Amino acid sequence: MKISRNYKLIFYALIFYFLVFLSHRFGFLINDYILHIINVSLIYVILTVSLNLINGFTGQFSIGHMGFAAVGAYISGILTTLIWKIKPTNLSNYILFIIAMLIGGLCAMGIGYLLGLPTLRLRGDYLAIVTLGFGEIIRTIINNIDYVGGPRGLLGIPKFSNFTFIFFITLISVIIMRNIVYSTHGRAFKSIREDPIASELVGVNTTKYKVMVFTIASFFAGIAGSLLCHLLQIAHPTQYGFMGTILVLVMVYAGGMGSISGSIIAAFGLTFMSEGLRLVLRKLDDITPTVQIGIEWRMVVYALLLILIMLFRTEGLMGKREIRILVPEEEEK
Amino acid sequence: MEKIFNLQQLINGIQLGSIYALISLGYTMVYGIVRLINFAHGDFFMIGAYAAYFTVILSSSKGFNIPVPIVFLISMGAGAGVAALANQTAYKPLRYKPRLSALITAIGVSMFIEYIFSALPFIGPSYRAFPNEKLIKNKIYEFGTTTLSNYAIIDVVISIGLMLFLTYLVKYTKVGKAMRAVSQDKDAAKLMGIDIEKIIMITFIVGGAFAGAAGILTGISYPRIFPYMGILPGLKAFIAAVLGGIGNIPGAMLGSYIMGISETFATSYNSLLGEGIAFAILIIVLIFRPQGLLGETIAEKV
Repeated sequence: MKISRNYKLIFYALIFYFLVFLSHRFGFLINDYILHIINVSLIYVILTVSLNLINGFTGQFSIGHMGFAAVGAYISGILTTLIWKIKPTNLSNYILFIIAMLIGGLCAMGIGYLLGLPTLRLRGDYLAIVTLGFGEIIRTIINNIDYVGGPRGLLGIPKFSNFTFIFFITLISVIIMRNIVYSTHGRAFKSIREDPIASELVGVNTTKYKVMVFTIASFFAGIAGSLLCHLLQIAHPTQYGFMGTILVLVMVYAGGMGSISGSIIAAFGLTFMSEGLRLVLRKLDDITPTVQIGIEWRMVVYALLLILIMLFRTEGLMGKREIRILVPEEEEK
Repeated sequence: MEKIFNLQQLINGIQLGSIYALISLGYTMVYGIVRLINFAHGDFFMIGAYAAYFTVILSSSKGFNIPVPIVFLISMGAGAGVAALANQTAYKPLRYKPRLSALITAIGVSMFIEYIFSALPFIGPSYRAFPNEKLIKNKIYEFGTTTLSNYAIIDVVISIGLMLFLTYLVKYTKVGKAMRAVSQDKDAAKLMGIDIEKIIMITFIVGGAFAGAAGILTGISYPRIFPYMGILPGLKAFIAAVLGGIGNIPGAMLGSYIMGISETFATSYNSLLGEGIAFAILIIVLIFRPQGLLGETIAEKV
C-alpha cells in the first residue's frame, strides 16, 4: 500500500511533537527554557512562512509584518484579558481563545486588505516604505491608547499558548500556506515574481493576486501575534516595531526566498542562534570583567548576517528548493 | 483658525523643512542614479550629528574652541566618508543583482550602523545633550508674539546655500552633466566614456555630506542625539522626496518644505496627528499622483 505524502508529513510532525513533549515531560534534554525557545521558534515559523509568501513567492517587499502581528496580538489580548477576562482553566475558555485569535487574525487581514489595495498597484519599493510607515503608525497609535496600556504594554495576558497548542496551530498554518503555494493562486504568485508584465499579458490579474497574498499573509501574522502575546503574557509596542520585522526578514532571506522548508529551518536556527549568542556574550563578559560586552551586539550580528547573506549567498540557505516531504506528489509529475 | 495658522508655526515649519530638504536631496540623488532607496541615509545624518558632538566635546575638554565652519566640515566629511564606505563595501557588489537585494542590504547597513553605535561602549544607546550653546550662542529676536531664533536662520541659510551649490553642481559642471547622463541611461553613459562607478561614488559622497550637514543642524536646533535618531527623519525625508517626485532635485526641496510645514501645523493641532501625517501624505500621494508633484510619468518598459 502506498502512503500519501501528506500523511507522511503529518506523521513526521507528530513524531517531532511526541519527542519534544515526552522528553520535556520526563526532563530529558529539554527543560522549560528550551521548550520556551522551541515555542518561540514555532511562532516565528508562522511569521517567516507568511512573510515569505509576500517577499519570496510573490516578489513584493513588505517590511511591516510585525505591524499586522501587533494588530492580532492586541485585538486578541484585549478580548481575552480586558473584555472576557478568561483564564486557561477549562476547554470552553480555550474555544473562546481560539475565537479571539481568529478575530485578531481577521482584523489584521482587514487592515492588510485596506493597506494593500492602494499601494500594491505600485512598484515594490513603494510598498516597502508604506509598510514600514504602517508599522510605525501602529506603534504610535498603541503608544497613545491608554486602554491597552500605552507604552507600558498590555499586561497580565493569560497564558493560553502552550507547546501543544502552538505546535498544532503552526502545523495547520504551514500546511494551509503550503497548499496555497501549490494551488492555482500560488502559480499566479510565482508568475508575478518572475515577470509581472508577462504575467499580466497572459491574463493574471496582478493587482488582485498581490492584494490576495498580502491579505493572507496579514491573517497569519495576526494569528502568530496573538499566539506570541499569549505565550509571553505581555504585548508591548516595542516588540512589534521595525526591529521585530527585521528579525523575520533575516529569517526569510537566510532560509531562502520562496522556500517554505528554508523558512522553517531559518526560524529555528536563528532563534536558537540568538539565544546561544546571549550565552556566549555572557561568557565573554565573565572572561573579561573589565570590558563588558553589551547584549546589543546580538543585533549587530543580525545586521551583519543580513548584509553577508545578500552579498555572498543572495538566494539564501535553500534557494527555491524544498525538502521533498513538503512538496505535494502531484507537483512532481 | 487663528490658533493653528500663525506665523510662528510657519517659521518652525520652514526650519524643519530645511533640514528635511538636506536629507531628502541625498535620497533623491541616489535614487535617481542607482534606483536604490538608501535606507541607511538617515544614519549618515545621525553620524554627522555624532561627529559634531564628539568634536565639540573633545576640543572643549582640551580647552580650546574649535571654529564653527571646521565642525561643519568634519560633520559633512564624516557623513560623506561613511556613505562612500557603505557604497564601496555593500552596494557596489550588488549593482547588477536584482534590485530588491540591494534594498535589503541597505536595510542591513542601516541596522548595522545603528546597532554598532548603540553597542560601542563610548557611544551607547542613551540620549545625549548636544552642546549647541558651546558651538553657537542662541539669540532670540521677538516680533510681537512671534519669535525667531538665530538657529532657525542658520538652518535655513545653510540649507539654501547647499541647495544652490547642488543646483550649480548638477546643472553647470561636467560632473553634474555626467550625473544626469547616468540617471537617464546607464549603458549609454558608459558607452560615452563616463566612469559610472566614479559618478555613483561622487553622488554618494555629496548625499552623505548633505546628510552630515543636516545632522549637525539638527543637533544645534533640536539638541538631543541618540543612535536611532536617523530613522524617522530619514523616513520623512524620503516621503518628501516621493512627494516631490523621486529623482527630481527641485521636487525634493519643494516636498521637504511642504512636509516640514504640514508636520508642524499638524503637531500644533494634535501630537498624534503630527506623527502620522507624513504617512498619510505618502499614501495620498501614492494613490493620486504616484510620480510625485514635479515628477513625470515614465512608461514601463518590457
